[in-house]
Amino acid sequence: MDVVIAKYNYWIYILLMMIGLYAMIAKRNLVKKIIGMNIFQTAIILFYVSIGAKRDATIPIIEHHSPAPDGAGHGHELAEAAHSVDPNLYVNPLPHVLMLTAIVVSVATLGVALAIVIKLFRKYGTLEEDEILEQIR
Amino acid sequence: MNIVEQLPVLLLVIPLLTALVISLTGVFSQRSAFPLTVISTGLVLVIAAWTLARVTTDGVIHYRLGGWPPPFGIEYVVDHLNALVLVVIAFVGFLAAIYSKQHVVEEMPAKISQFYTLYVLLITGLLGITITGDAFNLYVLLEISALTSYALIAIGKDRALLSSFNYLIMGTIGACFYLLGVGHLYIMGGSLNMPDLQGILVNLYGTDAIQVAFVLILVGVWVKMAFFPVHGWLPNAYTYAPSATSCMMAPLMTKVSVYVMIRVMFSVYSPSFTFETFAMHTEIVWLAVAAILGGSLLALAQTNFKKMLTYLIVAEVGYMVGGVWLANRLGITGAVLHIVNDALMTLCLFFVAGIVLFKVKGCRFEDLRGLFRTMPFTMAAFTVAALSMIGVPPTCGFFSKYYLIMGAIEAGEWVYMGALIVSSLVNAVLFFRVIELAFFDAPRGEPVVAAAVGQGGQAPAAPEDHGGPAEADRDAAGEHGGHGHDEQVVEPIDEAPPSMLVPLIVVAAALIVVGLCTGEIVDSIVQFTVPAGLP
Repeated sequence: MDVVIAKYNYWIYILLMMIGLYAMIAKRNLVKKIIGMNIFQTAIILFYVSIGAKRDATIPIIEHHSPAPDGAGHGHELAEAAHSVDPNLYVNPLPHVLMLTAIVVSVATLGVALAIVIKLFRKYGTLEEDEILEQIR
Repeated sequence: MNIVEQLPVLLLVIPLLTALVISLTGVFSQRSAFPLTVISTGLVLVIAAWTLARVTTDGVIHYRLGGWPPPFGIEYVVDHLNALVLVVIAFVGFLAAIYSKQHVVEEMPAKISQFYTLYVLLITGLLGITITGDAFNLYVLLEISALTSYALIAIGKDRALLSSFNYLIMGTIGACFYLLGVGHLYIMGGSLNMPDLQGILVNLYGTDAIQVAFVLILVGVWVKMAFFPVHGWLPNAYTYAPSATSCMMAPLMTKVSVYVMIRVMFSVYSPSFTFETFAMHTEIVWLAVAAILGGSLLALAQTNFKKMLTYLIVAEVGYMVGGVWLANRLGITGAVLHIVNDALMTLCLFFVAGIVLFKVKGCRFEDLRGLFRTMPFTMAAFTVAALSMIGVPPTCGFFSKYYLIMGAIEAGEWVYMGALIVSSLVNAVLFFRVIELAFFDAPRGEPVVAAAVGQGGQAPAAPEDHGGPAEADRDAAGEHGGHGHDEQVVEPIDEAPPSMLVPLIVVAAALIVVGLCTGEIVDSIVQFTVPAGLP
């Protein structure tokens, strides 16, 4: 039970992934398949985002505590601040950045999938895979 | 700025920008799309060939995008393996672009620029997968090529839409598994750069997460390459795709996925992990055997020429995966060589299938009757490709199969060796059936004259004297002589247009040239792709 609670983010992503996979493979309705696909992709996004999170950490923008009165010396102070940065205070931004790209990819996939489904509906007048297969035979 | 230093990135930038230009100019004129595509793929071919030459002389090229040093920025790494694959992609992309002209005009007259936009984007994606040295960047480019290929397949007729949808579902599952594997690697290693990861992972090989990551990536890539148990999406998708699409996609998509598998096995992980820690090669070679036999037997059951070819691709994927997992020099040499050879063979066969569809409007076996008479050049090229698929010596198919079989003997994988030989026999049966139909049967629609049958097949064979492979170096004059001495009514030659015929003949010639140059290719390129330390 401890394993479940301590690593609950992984369990949730596995659960979501299985729901998505089930819908993609077992459902007959094409739109339900697409919904399953999106749940599947979202599960992976959740997985990535959750590994970047840290307790008591903030967004990854480096704070410099003594703001310079003018532009002069600003860069120098920033460099100094960067050297004394404590990585435990900031969440890891990289997984989030990666997931921005993955979200773009999943939106594009969704777009292509819906476009194909629209064409399928216009051609066969149904969204049920078995009915389409019947018409093809 | 030295332009020579920037060439690796230009490989991607040129087609990417061309896609943009084509889609913009397409608003005003559909006619500029084709020349732009040919020019950009031609340029890419030149750069890829130059890159390969430079790699063979100077060694591995590292290119830093934006000048960021490796673990932080994206790095392109070009070594012997991906330089070779880059040339293959560029070559196939260039020839298929020329070949596609008439197909596109006929199949999608209103969407020429849209087609070529997607075409060039697909080439960009495939080149990017091959050149990148970053695990996540590879995922993005994998999806670029996948998304464009869904759209390209969906343009086709009949079942194309549904096949494209199934491919989309399967392809997304594959890509997501890959992404998940990369996520595990990132958690454990904290890096996405392949050479960097390889160094970090060495100490972590014993952990479960790293092994799970390996399995996830393998399964993802297998779905993408249509390895046997998960090959279901491929045959329909490639059969019903428009000819202009399938002749480029069929040779490239699966081969590039095989490349990704090799890259992950040896450059993200290492041979010691793959073959000693993970050590599933016996089981995977068995899967490869299932792929070869399954693909070959399913091919035997087909009555559609193009669909038969798609099942042969499934079998060929089994060749390459099995070859890599033999875990010795000969096997991996054979597999890498087969990436090149199979791309060329598949290209040649799909060119022929496209030409048959274009001229005869059908691709069932009965549509192929008597084609040697009406299309001697096409069928001569087909014969070369068929011999190469069977593995007859001067053609390149023989040499990669030879390496694979020698590797199998060395590894003691007798079943895999047996499967290769059985598959060659099945190929022989398949292709001689086609050659028999095309050579000896009367053309479709022409009633078989009783007299012709009475002459014991001599009549149909007569024009074949001039219509066979020997025809290739003669011209129509020789054919004319054939008409003279035999007063039979012969079907006039009705060849494909030159824009299709020239690429076809170039590929057919390449099959023989690559076969004859196998020694040089192995010595100067392929032997460096085998990781050190293997038996």
